[in-house]
Order: sequence, then structure tokens, then C-alpha cells
Amino acid sequence: MSKRAKLPVWADVALIPLINVSLAFLAAGVVVALIGENPLAAVEVLVRGAFGYDEGVGYTLYYTTNFIFTGLAVAVAFHAGLFNIGGEGQAYIGGLGVGLVCLALDHLMPWWMLLPIAIGAGMLFGAAWAFIPGYLQAYRGSHVVITTIMFNFIASALMVYLLVNVLIKPGQMAPETRDIAEGASLPLMHELFAQFGIKITQTPLNLSIFVALIAAFLVWVLIWRTRWGYAIRMIGHNESAAVYSGINPKKMVVVAMAISGSLAGLVAINEVMGAQGRIVLDFVAGSGFTGIAVALMGRNHPVGIILASLLFGALFQGGAELAFEFSTITRDLVVVIQGLVILFCGALAYMMRAPLERLFGLVGARANKSEEAR
Amino acid sequence: MDIWVQLISALDSTLRLATPLILCAMAGLFSERSGIVDIGLEGKMLAGAFAAAATTAVTGSVWLGLLTAMAVSIAMALLHGFACITHRGDQVVSGLAINILAAGLSVVLGIAWFKRGGQTPSLSGDERFRPIELPFADALSDLPLIGPIYTDLISGHNLLVYLAFLAVPVTYIIVYKTRFGLRLRAVGENPQAVDTAGISVAWLRYRAVIMAGLFCGLAGAYLSIALGAGFVRDMSAGKGYIALAALIFGKWRPVTAMFACLLFGFLEALATRLQGVDLPLVGQIEVQFMQALPYVLTVILLAGFIGRAIAPKAIGVPYSKDRA
Repeated sequence: MSKRAKLPVWADVALIPLINVSLAFLAAGVVVALIGENPLAAVEVLVRGAFGYDEGVGYTLYYTTNFIFTGLAVAVAFHAGLFNIGGEGQAYIGGLGVGLVCLALDHLMPWWMLLPIAIGAGMLFGAAWAFIPGYLQAYRGSHVVITTIMFNFIASALMVYLLVNVLIKPGQMAPETRDIAEGASLPLMHELFAQFGIKITQTPLNLSIFVALIAAFLVWVLIWRTRWGYAIRMIGHNESAAVYSGINPKKMVVVAMAISGSLAGLVAINEVMGAQGRIVLDFVAGSGFTGIAVALMGRNHPVGIILASLLFGALFQGGAELAFEFSTITRDLVVVIQGLVILFCGALAYMMRAPLERLFGLVGARANKSEEAR
Repeated sequence: MDIWVQLISALDSTLRLATPLILCAMAGLFSERSGIVDIGLEGKMLAGAFAAAATTAVTGSVWLGLLTAMAVSIAMALLHGFACITHRGDQVVSGLAINILAAGLSVVLGIAWFKRGGQTPSLSGDERFRPIELPFADALSDLPLIGPIYTDLISGHNLLVYLAFLAVPVTYIIVYKTRFGLRLRAVGENPQAVDTAGISVAWLRYRAVIMAGLFCGLAGAYLSIALGAGFVRDMSAGKGYIALAALIFGKWRPVTAMFACLLFGFLEALATRLQGVDLPLVGQIEVQFMQALPYVLTVILLAGFIGRAIAPKAIGVPYSKDRA
């Protein structure tokens, strides 16, 4: 029986997450092998589909944008010790905010004047949808996990109602709003590149990827460089210590949830103001849940989240290509990978810790022995 | 008399719609009373539904389908237990992983095995659980009042519907009248005390999640080989979450949870019937409003505005002997 050693920092920060991600992909490979396809061939198709040509890259980055927003949203809540499963609903309601502002003002101003207002509206609506579960957790004792799950369903029902009955463009069957006026919706990337004389294939990729990167930087500033961020991390780590140092945990729970919701609401900038140019049914399409995998994989750090978002963006785009190459694999495989990542990087995050501690203990004991022998 | 017929038919579909909710709520009850949060009801039910339909399509036997559904669902429950009991992982994260895994795997395997875009071949005849005519259903049908209630409402459901309603007293007896049940409730409130008494917390909780797997498997089989005739992607459609809401609405007790399931089932049955119907005073009620109502009610209840739902005390907290 060897003694366990305390893990060095690099093992904790890099090695364990890496092992966990590898396990997740290994398991995904087993699934692919199980249905009779070659996992390595599937990886090749995935990578080529995601990065092999400019249209693929465009779609990859377009998905990445959504996941950065929802990943950041989940991470901010995680830092406060809260689990926000409601990114899906918050993003959906954020779309209502962005959509209403854009549809009201699109004939009055160009996109660059409209953008800050739309961002504000999206964040406000998203924050409001997360504020209620946050408030109920802090002051009424109902658990934020359950409430945010319920709010996802309520948001979905509300948006279906609004799109079918209120916001629908008259004289049309599909429950969608009218298009946001040209010049008021966010420019797509190929239009921007064209202005500089560079030709790239048209994809839904738009300016909002820069909004996402700025948001990631601001979240880093918020969490590690501000008073609120300190308070958020403190209630996440040790609530009673937070109380003793004069932090009001109830208030911070509400603040953390509102910030989390506002970040999720920004998905609508990419989807409603950018890619779709209108509010369509179910435009969030699971991004809220992918954000959970992204945050777990990125260890709740903005840099990790950007990298994890890129990986998932590539999986979603490359996954779409799988169906063309293999008769038996579809994009649903990416959902499996998402579940495996959440399982291994989240639920089983501690599984590899004990064996590793033992391994390091063994290596450490050997080193000590040879030291003594000398 | 038209309203009477309408009511009987609404209640009849209430029973059918409430069945998976009741089975899942009982599943969640075992797990949550032992202190393990179970938001994975949805995933276990979906996996069970796929397993049941796939097995029945291949073998032609509903019984094999039912067994596989339970086995697969229990396997997923054990995965949940492995993550949260053995490795003390986050129970919500683990449950979510199971939901997403089930949603993905059922479609991936379905496409690979059956090549029908994620559906299993449609089942007919003896490949489904058939309605059971209770004794004297024909003879009693002409009696006023009792006749329609007995013949149209109570008789004529499939085996799993009756099993679901049987599951409620069974759960009640196990949880409140047996030694296992006493320990189960104790481990959800104060695991330290149970451990001090020399009883394994982990083994108790493992048995609880196995029970949860079993009932979710039944619910899944009901969806695909009793109510439906085959597996369709995402066929659980949030029912696992509604069951969770009903469990909370029923304050983690079997009988009240069953009534909550019946209430939510009734709302669903009404939602389809009231579509486009003008009601006195209120006018038309939107379908979406009825769909959102279970969730809204649960949020209001949880917030303590209508009664109070208090969760088992140790719920969601991984147990470690050293209280670190």
C-alpha cells in the first residue's frame, strides 16, 4: 500500500482534464467502432469537415460563437457554486429582447448604432430570465437547478405562443418574425471580407464572434479582477467565510445568476441579429446545454472555454459532414460526445485523482529511497 | 350527457398520459429519498424506450423488450451511481450527462441498426402490450354512472398502466413499512447516522438508484411498446422532467406524487381537447399556456407560495466518511 501524494499543480490543472477529455473521446471511439465504422476515419472526416476548407471554418466559428456565450454563462454561475441549466431558456428569451429591439428600430438606424442597444436588450432579457430563479434560490429557498429546468420549458412555451400568435409575419405559415431590415442586421463575415477585396464563401459567421471574444475577456476581468468577481468566487468556495468577510451571499447569488443569464442572452446577437436575421422557432438548438459541456471542459476559465467552444464548434460542423461520408453515422454522434464529455469531465472528474495520487506517491517514495541510498 | 362522455374520455387519456409520469416519479422518489438527485429520469426512460422497441422489433417478444428496457435503464442508473456514489461526482452534472447520452445514443444506435432515421420498425399486434378488458366490463357497461366509469375508464388499458398504479402502493409500503425503507429515508436525511449504525451508505444508495432504473425502464417500455408502436427520436419529450416536477409537487411522497402526476396528465389531456374551444368567461385557452402550467405550478410551489416542498436534507451532497 503506497502512500498518496499531493498532486502537483500542473497535474491538477492540465493532466487530469486532459485524461478526462481523452477518456470521453476514447468512449466515443468505442461507440463508433460498435456501429461498425472506423473511428480514425471518422476523426479524419470530422477534422476535414471542420477545418479543411473555408466554408467549413466559417460554420465552425459560427457554432463556436454560440458556445462561447453559453459556456461563459455556465462558468460564471459555477464560480458562485450555482449550476445554471437554464442557458437554453435564457438565450431564447434573450432572443426576444434582441428581436424586439431590432424589429422596432431597424428602419431608423444602421447596424453599428443598433448593435449596442441590441446587446443591452439581449443581456437584459436573458438576465431577467435568470434573475427569477436566482432570486427564488436566494430568498425563497427553491433550488436553482430545478427552477432553471422549469424555466427552460416555460420559455419555450412562451416563445412558441409569441411567435405563433403575436410576432409572426402576417400572411405566412412558418412561425417566424419578419426579416430585420437590410443594413440593420449584423454583417456576415463574407460581406465584411468583400469590402477589403477578399472573397470567402458565405456562411452564417458574423461579427458577433468578436462580441464573444470581448465577452470572454470581460468575464476574465470580472471574475479575477473585480470586487464582484471576488465575492462570486468566495460564495462559491466557502459561503460562511464570505459572510464573515462582509459579503451578502444572497445578493451575490442573484447577481451571479443575472450575469450568467445576460451572457446566455447574447447568443441571440449571433443568431437573431446575425445568422438568421429574424426570430425563428427554437433558434438556440441546444447551445445552452452544450455550454455546460464547454464550461466543464474549459474548467470555467475564459481561455479554456474559448478552446472548448472551438472544439465543440468543430464537432458540430464536422459532425454534419459525417452523414455524407458514412451511411450509419449522423451528427447525433456529436450529442453522444457531448454527453460523454459532461460525464467524464464533470460527473467523473474525480475518478482519476486517487489513482494518480497513488502513482505520484509511488514515484515520490522511489525518489526518496534512492536519495537515502546515496 | 355529452359533457359526461367528454369527461370520461378526458379522464381516460389522463390515465394513459399520467402512467409514464407516475412510474418516473416513483423512480425519482427512491433515488431522491436516498439523497441522490435524479434529473436523469428523462434519459433513463428514453434509453428504456429505445431498448424495449429495438428488442421487441428484433425478437417479437414484448416481455424480452420489457426486460431489456429495465436492464438498460438500470445500467444507466448504475452509471449515475458509479459517478455520484463511488466517485462523489456532482449529481446534477451526472444526471444531465445521462440525459444527453441517452438522447444521442438512442438515435445513433437506432440509425446504425435499423437505418430508418432513428426510428425503430413499427410494431403491431402482439409486439405491443394490448388493452386488457377487465372481467364483467361488457356486462356492466349498461349500468348508469358505474358502467361508463368501469368499462370506459378503468377497464381497457394495457398491463403497464395498471402496473404504474400498482407501483404507488408498492412504493409506499417499501418506503414507509419496511426496514429498507426506513434506512432509505434515514440515509437521505442523515447519512452520518446511518453510517454510525454500521449500515453501508453506498450500498443503500446503490439499491435506491437501481430501483429508480427499474421504474424508469418500465416507463420507457410503456412509451415505445405499449402507448406507442415503436421508438421515435426524443419520444420522452420532457416527460422525465415533468415527473420530476410532479415528485417535487407531491413533496417526495408516493401518493401525493401520484396525484400530482394525475393533475399534470389531466392538464395535458385538456390541452389537446381545449384547442380552439371557446370557454365561458375566459375565452380560448392557449395550448402553450396549458403546457407551461405544470412547470409554473412547480416553481410557485417550490418558492413556498402554495404550501412548502422540503427536500430530503442530505439530497445532492456526496457522502464521505471523513466529513472533509
